[in-house]
Amino acid sequence: MTSTVNGSDVQHTTPDGEEQPLLEIKDLKVDFTTQEGKVTAVDGVNITLYRGQSLAIVGESGSGKSTTAHAIIKLLPGSGEISGGQILLDGQDLAKSSKKEMEDIRGRKIGFVPQDPMSNLNPVWSIGFQVEEAIRANGIATGRKEVRARAIEVLKQAGLQDADRRLKQFPHQFSGGMRQRVLIGMGLAADPQLLIADEPTSALDVTVQRVILDHLESLTRELGTTLLFITHDLGLAAERAEQLVVMYKGKVVESGPSLEILQNPQHPYTQRLVAAAPSLASRRIKSTIHGQDAAAHEPGAEVGTTTDTIDLIATAEARAEAHEAAAAQPPAIVVEDLTKVFKIRGSGDFTAVDKVSFEIPKGTTTALVGESGSGKSTVAKMLLKLEDVTSGKIIVGGKDLASLTGKELFDLRSRMQPVFQDPYGSLNPLRNIGNTISEPLVTHSVGDRASRRARVFELLDQVSLPRTLVGRYPNELSGGQRQRIAIARALALKPEIVILDEAVSALDVLVQAQILRLLADLQAELDLTYLFITHDLAVVRVIADNVCVMQKGRIVEAAATDDVFENPTEQYTKDLLAAIPGANLQLGA
Amino acid sequence: MPSNTRSNQAHYVAPIDETPLVAIDSVKADGKPTNLWTDAWRDVRKRPMFWISSALILLIVIVALFPALFTSVDPRYCQLSLSNQGPGDGSVLGYNRQGCDIYSRIIYGTSTSLSVGLIVTFLVASLGIFFGALAGFYGGWVDAVLSRLGDIFFSIPYILAAVVIMSVLSQYASVWTISLAIGIFAWPATARVLRAEILRVKNADFVMAATAVGVTRLRILIRHVLPNSIAPVIVITTISLASAIVAEATLSFLGVGLPSSTMSWGNDISQAQVDLRTNPQTLILPSIALSVTVLSFIMLGEVARDALDPKARAQR
Repeated sequence: MTSTVNGSDVQHTTPDGEEQPLLEIKDLKVDFTTQEGKVTAVDGVNITLYRGQSLAIVGESGSGKSTTAHAIIKLLPGSGEISGGQILLDGQDLAKSSKKEMEDIRGRKIGFVPQDPMSNLNPVWSIGFQVEEAIRANGIATGRKEVRARAIEVLKQAGLQDADRRLKQFPHQFSGGMRQRVLIGMGLAADPQLLIADEPTSALDVTVQRVILDHLESLTRELGTTLLFITHDLGLAAERAEQLVVMYKGKVVESGPSLEILQNPQHPYTQRLVAAAPSLASRRIKSTIHGQDAAAHEPGAEVGTTTDTIDLIATAEARAEAHEAAAAQPPAIVVEDLTKVFKIRGSGDFTAVDKVSFEIPKGTTTALVGESGSGKSTVAKMLLKLEDVTSGKIIVGGKDLASLTGKELFDLRSRMQPVFQDPYGSLNPLRNIGNTISEPLVTHSVGDRASRRARVFELLDQVSLPRTLVGRYPNELSGGQRQRIAIARALALKPEIVILDEAVSALDVLVQAQILRLLADLQAELDLTYLFITHDLAVVRVIADNVCVMQKGRIVEAAATDDVFENPTEQYTKDLLAAIPGANLQLGA
Repeated sequence: MPSNTRSNQAHYVAPIDETPLVAIDSVKADGKPTNLWTDAWRDVRKRPMFWISSALILLIVIVALFPALFTSVDPRYCQLSLSNQGPGDGSVLGYNRQGCDIYSRIIYGTSTSLSVGLIVTFLVASLGIFFGALAGFYGGWVDAVLSRLGDIFFSIPYILAAVVIMSVLSQYASVWTISLAIGIFAWPATARVLRAEILRVKNADFVMAATAVGVTRLRILIRHVLPNSIAPVIVITTISLASAIVAEATLSFLGVGLPSSTMSWGNDISQAQVDLRTNPQTLILPSIALSVTVLSFIMLGEVARDALDPKARAQR
């Protein structure tokens, strides 16, 4: 990725002739006051950003990346305060500026695009009103007509072509992608020098994400806006920004030109991150297996030697062998013409799942991939009998689900278990870990008290958690640990099939890689069959044997994972693959 | 390297000893296990308002249970000759119009107010939890029927309803009937709060996980959904205890409450009306007792609300 210096032709230089950076953060410290005392969220961060550059801050949740961004515009949540350091914007120290000065700077000099397009537009005001408000607040235009004209211009710029017609519409009439365009438009309304985008696309589908980011990139280049954005996705950061700052526990562990960091990560944390990023890992798996990719011979491939990657590759290869052995046995799950129609009051029927058919061979993983609204989760719920089937057949272990009696269904539940997406919602916060894991055993009257306890310990061992957790409650655990507990609960009854509904989507990449490895290990050990539901094609590469791509309730493409990745036949699949952030990144370039 | 990079933006790597790596997702398992209730307790312990209100409530309970500990004067022994006399002569707060000892009557009236409060609260909580839980959890026609039933009761102000009931049942007036009259119309508020909370909790993934394991509906309701939705009910119940005490006083004041032979703050306040100008303490003193009791429960309710709502806790 090359780009030239854009923006104003005026040279911003210091008296001694050096170019002055647009934004210079020196030794920034941010503290939060909690009940336990002061917690330092950002600890001595240094960032230098010149005009026309783009910079990404990458890190896992809690690394202080968002706090840094919020500190720049002085919108720290709750008890947060800047306790040290300087934030120089064009030489003016924002850390010391007054509320009034900040109000002038926000919007006019620094634009901000928030993370969640769903909650950042006020649902009771029309889009036009909200954009006009931003324009008026920044004093860009005065007078009704002028403001309106500017609003339309801003929205058109942000990619809403029919902006004049849409001004009167309300946020709920806009899709997530369009709302994010509106927010980008508002952020850029006053033509700021710096645009800060906090995870601008993490709530959006990958294909939408790609379009939005493409647009943001060309727009900032056109306007000469300097871009600073926050992301958890290393692939995305490297693809979209020329400068990279990697944060870990409130500190900058590595910074510099993004490709250089990606090819030659120095700090062990960055190395871990590069190795675990699924979008990048998927490329390396391909290159290692086939030995054709140029990247393998370049210095960048050195990252492949870290343990994380090797494990992922090894498990992928091991499963490929198991896959062949499984072909002889009858499939674990057969789905035929499965259809689900939701009746919506007022607007007729909505077909969420439309004649979906697939088979899952025993002991293998089939991934069901699709964007939000594709019906993939509804399929999972129907399989689990949490949702009624409108028509079609589901056969599990040779038995038709529809014909099951109450007793048979109860038995089937012990053979097929789910793990859900949200690690914070899937465990009852008021029951301790021991009770949560043993609930399936109690429900199915398996063993006595002592044997159940022994089984709980065995399960905790299997998911690599200490046995001391038995008496503790979920609120003390991280997302990844909760997901391990959810997996342990699912495995309690020794099921044959586990349905993983976005089970790793809410986790940080490093934790995600860990859980994926755990799942692969458990599959090999216990001969499990997985149905892996996800929106993330990058993850699929690492975990699945077969892939079904869903779009609008239908399966548009179904094949072995390697075939789908190497020779996608459907345009939609090609779009999805192309939208994986970092997929087009030539590590050796 | 992109041409846009400046010389001072070269690849920087933090010294590794300054940013040591922690194992990915390591488990922290020190200290006592905590959950919503232990956290709430830890929070509540630090608040003076909790200790003040608890101490007052404890005192009120002891007074109600053992009034003889606090006064040796018989509240029923009234001498008209002492009518409206001020404090002194063995009387702490003086005498009312009938010549009864005000202090002694306040002490003995405590148990009435508290019993009405507790019985009403028990009634409101059990009816509210029962109907609210069924309506919220089972939904559909059960919800429709129960919610409309609640709406009917809700549309009649419970004080008005209690006035009507108590006028009809005046010959049966007792602590029990007055509690029933108040409680029977006061439960819909609790039911609504619980229903709303259950609607939220029942869609949680852990409920789905329990269903997928094969746990029965009723057991899911009792084991998983109710314990997670009960917090706001506790808050509203504590506060409703206070309003029940007020309601009893109101009914007694209006003359449709407890028979005048029963000692209660409401009766005393009612009887003191005529002396408001001449001898205001006969009215003010029982009113203060009533206010302090009500205030204690409202304070406790507020402490409970703050402690049980983690969001409110974080903001303080």
